[in-house]
Amino acid sequence: MTVQELPGSAAAAYRPTPPPAWQPRTDPAPLLPDPEPYRVLGTEAAASADPELLLRLYAELVRGRRYNAQATALTKQGRLAVYPSSTGQEACEVGAALALEERDWLFPSYRDTLAAVARGLDPVQALTLLRGDWHTGYDPHEHRVAPLCTPLATQLPHAVGLAHAARLKGDDVVALAMIGDGGTSEGDFHEALNFAAVWNAPVVFLVQNNGFAISVPLAKQTAAPSLAHKAVGYGMPGRLVDGNDAVAVHEVLGQAVARARRGGGPTLIEAVTYRMDAHTNADDATRYRADSEVETWRAHDPIQLLERELTERGLLDDGTRQAAAQAAETMAADLRERMNADPVLDPMDLFEHVYARQTTQLREQAALLRAELDAEEEAR
Amino acid sequence: MTTAAVKPATMAQALQRAMRDAMAEDPTVHVMGEDVGTLGGVFRVTDGLAKEFGEDRCTDTPLAEAGILGTAVGMAMYGLRPVVEMQFDAFAYPAFEQLISHVARMRNRTKGGMPMPITVRVPYGGGIGGVEHHSDSSEAYYMATPGLHVVTPATVEDAYGLLRASIASDDPVVFLEPKRLYWSKAEWSPEAPAAVEPIGRAVVRRSGRSATLITYGPSVPVCMEAAQAAAAEGWDLEVVDLRSLVPFDDETVCASVRRTGRAVVVHESTGFGGPGGEIAARVTERCFHHLEAPVLRVAGFDIPYPPPMLERHHLPGVDRVLDAVARLQWEAAS
Ligand SMILES: Cc1ncc(C[n+]2csc(CCOP(=O)(O)OP(=O)(O)O)c2C)c(N)n1
Repeated sequence: MTVQELPGSAAAAYRPTPPPAWQPRTDPAPLLPDPEPYRVLGTEAAASADPELLLRLYAELVRGRRYNAQATALTKQGRLAVYPSSTGQEACEVGAALALEERDWLFPSYRDTLAAVARGLDPVQALTLLRGDWHTGYDPHEHRVAPLCTPLATQLPHAVGLAHAARLKGDDVVALAMIGDGGTSEGDFHEALNFAAVWNAPVVFLVQNNGFAISVPLAKQTAAPSLAHKAVGYGMPGRLVDGNDAVAVHEVLGQAVARARRGGGPTLIEAVTYRMDAHTNADDATRYRADSEVETWRAHDPIQLLERELTERGLLDDGTRQAAAQAAETMAADLRERMNADPVLDPMDLFEHVYARQTTQLREQAALLRAELDAEEEAR
Repeated sequence: MTTAAVKPATMAQALQRAMRDAMAEDPTVHVMGEDVGTLGGVFRVTDGLAKEFGEDRCTDTPLAEAGILGTAVGMAMYGLRPVVEMQFDAFAYPAFEQLISHVARMRNRTKGGMPMPITVRVPYGGGIGGVEHHSDSSEAYYMATPGLHVVTPATVEDAYGLLRASIASDDPVVFLEPKRLYWSKAEWSPEAPAAVEPIGRAVVRRSGRSATLITYGPSVPVCMEAAQAAAAEGWDLEVVDLRSLVPFDDETVCASVRRTGRAVVVHESTGFGGPGGEIAARVTERCFHHLEAPVLRVAGFDIPYPPPMLERHHLPGVDRVLDAVARLQWEAAS
């Protein structure tokens, strides 16, 4: 440190000393992310990646892409109210979800249906929110997947609270909270990271930086060197990873999950990726980005990256490729068929799940609707 | 506390006792908030809980209301019963997003799969000379949110009973603590606490035949005093203490109004868009043919809560209540 001299002769004797109580709480250096996103595919490290893992990731990526395409098609047929596609981001979705153990919890945002499905959720149930027949179509406890969350960043403190509660109970459960780049500007992002670090909660925060929050690019979202750098301010490590490299995502997530599980505390991971489709089927991406930019990213496609590696190592023959495509096709056909059936809804459900015990006020309103329904039935 | 003798206790002590008993009975009950641990809360309502149950059960959180309530949501998901303290009424606003978007509707979103047994304790209301942001009556905001219960005690006994019921409830409860009654005392035996009533029942604090004062929380003592003063003028007032704003006890309220034929709603919160409008409408809809005068409201003015040196002009006091009662009589005579 240089001692700053004040102007004037008397100032020469001035020697500032640090305030008595001050000492750095943590050495920031080990918390800083690497300057480059971590990659495995296309590097020497890829050679030692487990073939079984590579093939599993491959099959899930192919299935995920097909899922995105099918769900988008369902919006055109009016079967889904809206669909936020994660095409281009499959490596993040799948790589992250597969890094969790069965007892762990996933806290997804609206875009993270693939991660939820990779954890075993029924593809149809994962679409309930977007279809519009109820808000959450699955039992969150069954696969330990919290409801898909629409208000940005608000699921992050939930993940912290759940992980904290699990630790208080003596369970070695880890929570993974997923969020987009735009969501990192929300206050709940800050509060969740701060709570997690102070409580040393077993949480992993995964930011999928896909370049845009609807139309707003990252440069208008933050002035931070990277989103992973934000970790340092909370006293947790920040990691940068190539979000299109499924193996790298899986590895970095795996390390963070293991670290959390053994009591090492939270990690913030930024996966650098790109949203190939528009924000949702209702958005027009040509208004805010150039086709050339999309094309640059097409050359860095997560499935192609993995295919190249598999081919090089002789792990991907035509049979394997076809098997993955076939499995994806079967899933899509099943999804299509089941989504084409009109869901059976009971309007009386509207009053069923507001309180544990229905209030008199709701009982009266339920009676009104019952009468209306009966009259409708009679008129038919 | 070892003596079983009945001795004066404050509302703050009764609330503390309710949390203490709940924590002792149920290991999933966790108290959390700003300064609730070592300090025992700025009103000392959580006094001694951290010492008795440890910092994992009574936790000083970082200073962030959305974070406090948001983490409580996750804790509830994992089977805990968080009791959250918001330091003051107007400082609960940062947590509204979590309250409205998640706490209130998680049961509904998940078709009953994820109940939210969270109690949010909010010291509210004025009359203690607090500076800006320390005296708001925010009950109308909470009442407007389906999925929440909203309760507020007016007596030492109810403070205990209602808080026990709130903590035991499988639904989220916004528990509004009238902070100017924190130090009100009653003969109360902490060794034999009051019965724990289910949430949602109003109580007739004083019976009378001329008119009903419908009120709750900090305005209950005001109405009791007004009723006493009115007796001297020949008006026999009934006072109904709602205790629970959601659910609303139409039955008790309407039974009273049908008996008396006249009603005044009294609260500190603003009149426009305030709870009184809802209550007056409900009473009118249900008791119209029994009413001998319009249902009147005595509320705080429609202004941001005033500075402490002016708050006595804003708060509905005994005189304003009596004036309204006088207008009732006049309306009836015309
Ligand atoms: C609190 C809140 N504000 C605004 C919105 C509307 N909204 C939905 S998605 C979105 C952009 C989010 O961008 P990002 O966090 O980068 O995630 P991405 O959609 O790219 O996955 C906005 C503004 C919202 N859902 N929640």
